[in-house]
Amino acid sequence: MPGADKEADLTERIEAFLADLKRGGCGTGPIRGSGETARETTALLRKVTAQARWSSAGDLMEIIRKEGRRMTAAQPSETTVGNMVLRVLKIIREEYARSRGSSEETDQQESLHKLLTSGGLSDENFRQHYVHLKANVIEAINELLTELEGTTDNIAMQALEHIHSNEVIMTVGRSRTVEAFLKDAARKRKFHVIVAECAPFCQGHEMATNLSKASIETTVIADAAIFAVMSRVNKVIIGTQTVLANGGLRAVNGTHTVALAARHHSTPLIVCAPMFKLSPQVVITTVVRNRIILSKVNVHCPVFDYVPPELITLFISNIGGNAPSYIYRLMSELYHPEDHDL
Amino acid sequence: MADCGEPDGPGNKDDITRSKNEGKELTKEEKQRLRKQKKHQKKQKERKNEKGPSETEKDKTPVSLLPPPQPVATQKAPSALPAPASAPIPVPASAPFHSSPAPSPADKPAKSKAELKAERRARQETDRAAKQPGSSSSGIKTKVPLSELNPVVKRLPEHVQVDDPAVVKRLAKKLERQQIPLRSDYGYKVSLFSHLHQYSRKAPLTQLLSIPSTVIHPSIVRLGLQYSQGIVAGSNARSVALLHAFKQVIRDYTTPPNEELSRDLVNKLKPYISFLNQCRPLSASMGNAIKYIKKEISNIPSQCKEEEAKTKLLTCIDRYIEEKIVLAAKAISKYAIEKISDGDVILVYGYSSLVNNILCEAFEKSRKFRVIVVDSRPRLEGREALRRLVQRGISCTYVLISALSYILPEVSKVFLGAHALLANGYVMSRVGTSQIALVARTYNVPVLVCCETYKFCERVQTDSFVSNELDDPDDLMVTRKGKTQLENWQDVSSLGLLNLVYDVTPPDFVDLVITDLGMIPCTSVPVVLRVKNLDQ
Repeated sequence: MPGADKEADLTERIEAFLADLKRGGCGTGPIRGSGETARETTALLRKVTAQARWSSAGDLMEIIRKEGRRMTAAQPSETTVGNMVLRVLKIIREEYARSRGSSEETDQQESLHKLLTSGGLSDENFRQHYVHLKANVIEAINELLTELEGTTDNIAMQALEHIHSNEVIMTVGRSRTVEAFLKDAARKRKFHVIVAECAPFCQGHEMATNLSKASIETTVIADAAIFAVMSRVNKVIIGTQTVLANGGLRAVNGTHTVALAARHHSTPLIVCAPMFKLSPQVVITTVVRNRIILSKVNVHCPVFDYVPPELITLFISNIGGNAPSYIYRLMSELYHPEDHDL
Repeated sequence: MADCGEPDGPGNKDDITRSKNEGKELTKEEKQRLRKQKKHQKKQKERKNEKGPSETEKDKTPVSLLPPPQPVATQKAPSALPAPASAPIPVPASAPFHSSPAPSPADKPAKSKAELKAERRARQETDRAAKQPGSSSSGIKTKVPLSELNPVVKRLPEHVQVDDPAVVKRLAKKLERQQIPLRSDYGYKVSLFSHLHQYSRKAPLTQLLSIPSTVIHPSIVRLGLQYSQGIVAGSNARSVALLHAFKQVIRDYTTPPNEELSRDLVNKLKPYISFLNQCRPLSASMGNAIKYIKKEISNIPSQCKEEEAKTKLLTCIDRYIEEKIVLAAKAISKYAIEKISDGDVILVYGYSSLVNNILCEAFEKSRKFRVIVVDSRPRLEGREALRRLVQRGISCTYVLISALSYILPEVSKVFLGAHALLANGYVMSRVGTSQIALVARTYNVPVLVCCETYKFCERVQTDSFVSNELDDPDDLMVTRKGKTQLENWQDVSSLGLLNLVYDVTPPDFVDLVITDLGMIPCTSVPVVLRVKNLDQ
């Protein structure tokens, strides 16, 4: 039966994806960047929408929620997976509301009043069946995919607004977004980049080699020298793993120190993060790897750092620049509050 | 310095007379003279306070004529001769009014001696007049603080002027004269640090020396190699090794005929110090130790026999090590142990022999605490500290410096060692220390710096750029997952590696400095320096 084949194929792909996620966590970082993960997740969810058996929006949302829970359980530190699931759920709600007709204004929480008073659309159960819902949802997911593919370019296009000539820019570790950002600025401006290597994985080395190949003057420093050189740095531009709902960051180990040093020298801290990294979580659990090497020694190796929003000057995302205090508002546009706990 | 001065003359004026009669002076003797003048003036002050003011109006007139030539005379000896030209005119007029026991200049047959004596007496008058409470001339007042502060033009050390070709040439000539090879810089230097040297560990200076080296003592060659390869590292270890090497040099030294031990030995030490400087720039503690040795050597009286002199020097050096390093460490431990309470979680950074000492002693005194050792690439000195602490039985945790924000909420105190304490209160220490102090301050954890007083130095510095040390940049390379990303960094023209050794911590990050003189705030360092200088 073609249906059964498709289903088997689907489950196979999901299993493969989960295995990849699990594997990515125990090595020296994820196998693929978060952009790729986001695209893969979305593509997978599109497939689920297309091939799974469902009759109403509510069913679809249940299926997606179930798959989403499995995916986030496979690798809790990879939050982009969860974020994409939430985006798709929001798309489904929107499409459902549009199919239902004109009452979408009351459904959408446009105003602050609605935000405070509407405690959730408990009378809405998404049980009605609409013929074109599937096609609409799939089309909307395709749009989402296009958006995801263009995020890095969108961010990189804003580079010239933020980097002037003869600047000294500091960055930490390796971020593909920041790399594209700096390379784009280097086409027209001459500046100097200092990369902190970010032990123990030393991903900064790879970043430095890539940047120097684009003829950007790069210097690699050890993590210990961050405060020492900060007095000569004009801007700090970093990437992050997740942007939290309060405007804080969950970024690679060592970023909090960089943020504190930047605040001490009153150097602006700019975070380049695409919108798919925005997560509704506020509390984070640090991922730590513990090993006991000698009988009385504990070794800690945390993977991520929490950076509070007060230390951040600006977020640059594919939809433009924002202050950290505005992040909560952007979140309400992307995700529905009922979905925040998967 | 051999003292061949006049036998006569009042006792406390011997110094100045003697130094004046040396004739055309060398810079060192000039400096000695300035020092002695200062001492002399201080003694004048004391004598003045014992006697009552015995001034008259006539004293004031010669005094007011003198201020212009006087400052010149105190600073530059060769111009001493023009000054007495004006002095003899007023001095004979006031000579009968003086209680000075010196004979009048006209009685002396040698004219130069008369002039010098007159100048000397004129200076005494000026000082006495200046010390009077009713002294009116403001010119005198400004003159006195000038001579007390003893303005000496400070020359910038060569190792922070690498970008100046004239300085580099001068150094090359000096090294050629001393027959020491010049070490060449390695690799691409980051533009912010083009004024500093950057050497490679793979090309030690000893490769360029001929064997056996006739100019440099073998123990110094060995020491230089140990420094440049990082076998002896850490400011206490380097100073002690230096002093032991100098002891060996002194033991093997024989005075050549027609030479004085005190002068010749100092000259012998100069090329050794240049050589060690080329191997690795001298630390502040080493600089202070060298100053002490040179002073001791030059204070050896000329009639001392060679064996006696050598034993004396050896005991001096031993006493220096014992007092300034060993006993100081004991005193610091005693103070620091008061600050460690049961249940503490103490954070240390890298390997500081002093801090390790403190922790081991505290553990022996049965304080219950645990230690978190923070380490950083590329030196990874924290592993040595970890090993030693674990051997004693102290429970430890080990993290890299990037995990600092993660581990600091658990910490109750931070103990840091120092390489040097600068006169404006900044702490110069291993790179990364300032970062630890910064994050600790954010989490409101007290930061205590432990430092012996022999590491205090008179330099001032506000950032980590102007005076620092660049280590071998190849150390930053690392292999992860079988791949060395920076393997061919030399081939890429726009890529540079920076391996800093030191950084400076501002005093507002440091809560307390524990020294052998007690527990002081960071800003009291110049007070300690002043007290030390007066003692010496």
